[in-house]
Amino acid sequence: MTPTAVALEDTKVAFRLGDGRVYTAVEKAHLAVAQGEFVAIVGPTGCGKSTLLNVAAGLLKPAAGSVRIFDQPLAGLNRDAGYLFQADALFPWKTALDNVAIGLEIKGTPRTEALSQAQKWLTAVGLGAFANRYPHMLSGGQRKRVALAQVLIRDPKILLMDEPFGPLDAQTRQVMGNLLLDLWNADRKAVLFVTHDLEEAIALADRVVIMSAGPSSRIIGDWRVGLARPRDIFEVRLDKEFHALHREIWSVLKDEVMKGYAQSTRAAEAV
Amino acid sequence: MSRTTLFALQVLVAVVGLVLWQVLSTVPVFGKILLPPFFFSNPLDVFSQIVKWFASGVIWKHLGITLAESILAFVIGSLGGVLVGFWFARQPLVAAVFDPYVKMVNALPRVVLAPIFALWLGLGIWSKVALGVTLVFFIVFFNVYQGVKEVSRTVLDNGRMLGMSERQLMQHVYWPSALSWMFSSLHTSVGFAVVGAVVGEYLGSAAGLGYLIQQAEGVFDVAGVFAGMFVLSAFVILIDFGVTLVERRLLVWRPTASDGRG
Repeated sequence: MTPTAVALEDTKVAFRLGDGRVYTAVEKAHLAVAQGEFVAIVGPTGCGKSTLLNVAAGLLKPAAGSVRIFDQPLAGLNRDAGYLFQADALFPWKTALDNVAIGLEIKGTPRTEALSQAQKWLTAVGLGAFANRYPHMLSGGQRKRVALAQVLIRDPKILLMDEPFGPLDAQTRQVMGNLLLDLWNADRKAVLFVTHDLEEAIALADRVVIMSAGPSSRIIGDWRVGLARPRDIFEVRLDKEFHALHREIWSVLKDEVMKGYAQSTRAAEAV
Repeated sequence: MSRTTLFALQVLVAVVGLVLWQVLSTVPVFGKILLPPFFFSNPLDVFSQIVKWFASGVIWKHLGITLAESILAFVIGSLGGVLVGFWFARQPLVAAVFDPYVKMVNALPRVVLAPIFALWLGLGIWSKVALGVTLVFFIVFFNVYQGVKEVSRTVLDNGRMLGMSERQLMQHVYWPSALSWMFSSLHTSVGFAVVGAVVGEYLGSAAGLGYLIQQAEGVFDVAGVFAGMFVLSAFVILIDFGVTLVERRLLVWRPTASDGRG
């Protein structure tokens, strides 16, 4: 049996609000990601899917339950994981090349070695010619490519991705999805990919996990995606199996999306 | 508008201004000189005064003193501002305790400190440097403090997830962020360093541009006062130009307002 890379066991996440009340974001989440497995978490806005990812990263402590990384309880930050953020997380005062090289330099790799590795990774994400640009000189999609190279150069065993392509336009998202799949195919890391886009989730992942609307959201469904690999995101969307799966998952997700929407409007009215 | 036209118009403003000044202070209008020479002098006298200063070379000593005072005030004030700004931003308790006192000192018009500094440090350059430091320090301090506190949460988390230790976060995240804020206020802080130096000289000294102006004023030498002001303006513009060059070099990574991409 392949080892489990990330295991969330009855994980509960709660925050103390400003007025002293406790807000439970996620209730008893149970989720295991095997080594080499690509798992996507889909859920309506505000269901706590990013929160769950932060728990797996060690950026957030669960209120109850445990997190195990390769069968070891997680204490502090998850050192085996690379994290791709939704918002811009590049260092604006470093060039693309330095931004990628920093991952190695932190570990003590000599600078020249780090820079030549970084150049290779920039080329791998299609930005070989943009090494000396600063983040503000790059487009949104290009910045995501740099961020991807920055994470991958450290060769983490686990990839955590928080709606990484969320801010991009539809076409760029698909291109980035294909790039991600190509890079992932090379060594098949364990991936936990959070998105609100069901199509993206099915096209990329081996398993799609659905979360209910928040607060106190929980995992309410878990589908295996049987589509053959390697996949091409543009092609796979035309596949019959893709459509059948999409219809099946959507019938469950739809109710949660409506619930989530109703809750957020009610919350807005209460304010 | 092309650059040459713009430049021509800018020169025109100066020429018209100077000609008006010269004419109104020498040619009577309806039997009356509108700008009495005793109070307003005239451009030719001012110009010949400037030429005399540069020809005899006396001006260099005064310029050098003012420059040295400004640089020292800027360096010491910036250093102090960076260190204290960093310290306060990283130690919220210290910042909270000192907050009212920082506000109090900053609210004080710094000119009133000049006599105290002259008393403590004498009439040499150090009393002027001290005055400049009190001006520069607070600008740099507030900017660095803000810069360290407003480091983007995501960038910080990213640094942590990439495996940075606290020391590395300092070096790669807090420090560049704080410096970028400091550099963005470079024009203001350099300007205030000069203000501190000149005001200090004006209130009591034996050399410097402020001293030169004050001396001329003391003997009602209006041409000398104007000449001193013109030299001072040129001096500040030159320094400001230097700052712009430094800034362009240091802040290449910053998006500019004309940069469309978001």
